Amino acid sequence: MGEQESQYRRALHVEPVERFAPAQVEGIHAASMKLLAETGLQCEGKKAAEMYRDAGCRVDEIQKGKQKLWRVRFPEKLMDKALSTVPSEVILGARDPQNTLYLNAKVPAVYFGTGSEANIYLRSRIDEFVSVADSEKRLQYPVFEEETGSLAALCASARLIDHLEHADFFIRNINIQDDEIDSTNKDVNVYFASLLNTAKHVQGGITDLEALPKVISLAKIVAGGEPHLPLSFIVCPIRSPLFMFNESSQKVIAIAREMIPMVISSSPQGGVTAPIQEEGMLIEINAEILAGIALAQFAKPGAPVLYGSVPVRARFDTLEDCYGTAEFAHYAMGCVQMARYYNIPCYSSAGVGDVKRPGIQAMVEKMYSYKEVASAGAHYIHYAFGLLDGTNIFSPLQAVLDNATIALAKDMLRVSSFEEADIEAALKEIDKTAEGSGMFARGIRKQIRRNVVSSTYEFISKGEEDQVFEQAQAKLDAYLADDSNILSDEIIEKVYQEIPGLLDKIVAR
Amino acid sequence: MSKDELLKLLENAIVMGHLDVDDEGFDGTMEGTPGTLELVEKALNEGIEPGEILKSFGESMEKVGKLYESGEYFLPDMLASAECVGEAMDIVEPKLELDDSSAGKGKFLIATVKGDVHDIGKNIVATMLKGAGYQVKDLGINVPAEDILQAIKEFEPDFIGLSALLTTTMIEMEQVIKLIKEEGLDNIKVFIGGTPTSKEFAEKIGADQHCRDVIEALQALEKMGEVS
Repeated sequence: MGEQESQYRRALHVEPVERFAPAQVEGIHAASMKLLAETGLQCEGKKAAEMYRDAGCRVDEIQKGKQKLWRVRFPEKLMDKALSTVPSEVILGARDPQNTLYLNAKVPAVYFGTGSEANIYLRSRIDEFVSVADSEKRLQYPVFEEETGSLAALCASARLIDHLEHADFFIRNINIQDDEIDSTNKDVNVYFASLLNTAKHVQGGITDLEALPKVISLAKIVAGGEPHLPLSFIVCPIRSPLFMFNESSQKVIAIAREMIPMVISSSPQGGVTAPIQEEGMLIEINAEILAGIALAQFAKPGAPVLYGSVPVRARFDTLEDCYGTAEFAHYAMGCVQMARYYNIPCYSSAGVGDVKRPGIQAMVEKMYSYKEVASAGAHYIHYAFGLLDGTNIFSPLQAVLDNATIALAKDMLRVSSFEEADIEAALKEIDKTAEGSGMFARGIRKQIRRNVVSSTYEFISKGEEDQVFEQAQAKLDAYLADDSNILSDEIIEKVYQEIPGLLDKIVAR
Repeated sequence: MSKDELLKLLENAIVMGHLDVDDEGFDGTMEGTPGTLELVEKALNEGIEPGEILKSFGESMEKVGKLYESGEYFLPDMLASAECVGEAMDIVEPKLELDDSSAGKGKFLIATVKGDVHDIGKNIVATMLKGAGYQVKDLGINVPAEDILQAIKEFEPDFIGLSALLTTTMIEMEQVIKLIKEEGLDNIKVFIGGTPTSKEFAEKIGADQHCRDVIEALQALEKMGEVS
């Protein structure tokens, strides 16, 4: 880690696995450019269409049924120009400056965080089960209760993420459905609930563009004098294939003008809204993301953006999203390479379970996707904590388990860094020990403290029975009970005085 | 340097598992600074009573045990500290008055049984027990039952530890116990350990204690000490 990077939250540095050969990357790029130049994008918003036209795109008005749209075609040179102003480095602030994230397109360093906006919060507790055949045989196992997403669940989630060692950022993970919440007050309440409970970077969408100034004011109060705001935004302006929404295109323009970091994402589904084969998926999603990024750059050259890739595959029995397949990881890895090709930090996706409850299926699905996507050098992996049933359920218990799994994936991907002096030292150690005690246990200690030795699984069992759920639930309960890292009373007071629309129930005052 | 300061330094060296001046120590930064062995020599040269030094060993290891229990220390840390005490004992013991040179917490004879050449677990146990204040005699690997019996007669241990890693060699433990019983040495407590062994196996062959690891061995010894 360079001197500049050392002031930021520590990331996992990897030697990136390149799934595609350079010629394949060039091929995808050329095909995306051809798609944008010839087929182009259907744009729903007049403002965005005018911005594209003013920048030099070919824009034609078209009629689709009763709807007036604009077809936007991008000359390749114009796209080159738009991409030339995208910053290759993005800094994402945090309430605690030590949690500030540094994303550099040229440096394959990985952060993990939450994602989605799950409808269901899955509460859990450990219960005891007795064998019908033998009442002496008992088993401790979790029981679950589904709860509609709420502000309280969002607060609990943010607090949990604040405690999890391997969670680097918090994307609002719960769709809050409290009776008092509507589109006009949702954004301020979401961001305040999140910033209140976690000192890590907070990210989310904007439901109502009118709320943007209020959210920015909130962020400035929380940031105090810190140079980087503790929040950033996600906008998904595209409906695949190749259609840009009016409302979200306006959000791209407005946020870009504020120069606040923004993820510009697309989430096509292989087999339904994009081709299922990876080259087809990559051509399409790449074109869609680049079209969105270009809009941000036309609105404000130099606007900090992330290449937001959320490709997923359809499952064949229902055609719903399916995350537990190799394609989910393959698509994401391909996107990481494309982002690197354009020199843009990559927002990526990994760690979603298709199953509805924590257990073996979820662990298997998550494990390989963390490892594979991180190995590609994705800068900012969202979806990584607690997601089940696709992205419909957030399970805090699963998030605690995921934290332990990510620790293993990180250890697995640790880059070897020994040098000539280390070889000399190892030789000396072997020589000395072989002549002496015959045990190298003494030497373990230094390596543990240098953090070059892997940890064992966090929930390793001391006895013969698997106690993972029991241990994880105990940790979860302790984390949720600890609110020692919330905002100070002074800032809370200031926020309530200056930001309209906040519900009292977020803070017990 | 006052006596208290020197003993404090010694305690710190043991807690940090810092063996000697050539040892990098706990975190790789201690090479070149006096370790346990140098500090023990210095303490003796400055006239500190050997008995007082021994007391400091016990207090240091107690601290190490607490650090291990709290999760701050790993077994290698504890082992390193025990190794410090074990080697330091070799320096202090000859200086002790006859009355003081008792076996401390007791005498422990340890061996890997005949047919088995695995000794990692046995070595860990031997090192830890020595550090914990037991007088340990290690017979090594592949030791026939008759040799163990002979060593018992010479060393007169309070405890015997038998180790085996193979299902094919662990049956040899039964042979050792049989010989001990035939000799009427029932007062010696027999510990067994090694991957294939179990509590059930220990009961079956007449061993007094089965231990999964060194921590269980230390706990069992502690309990037996309390009882006696």
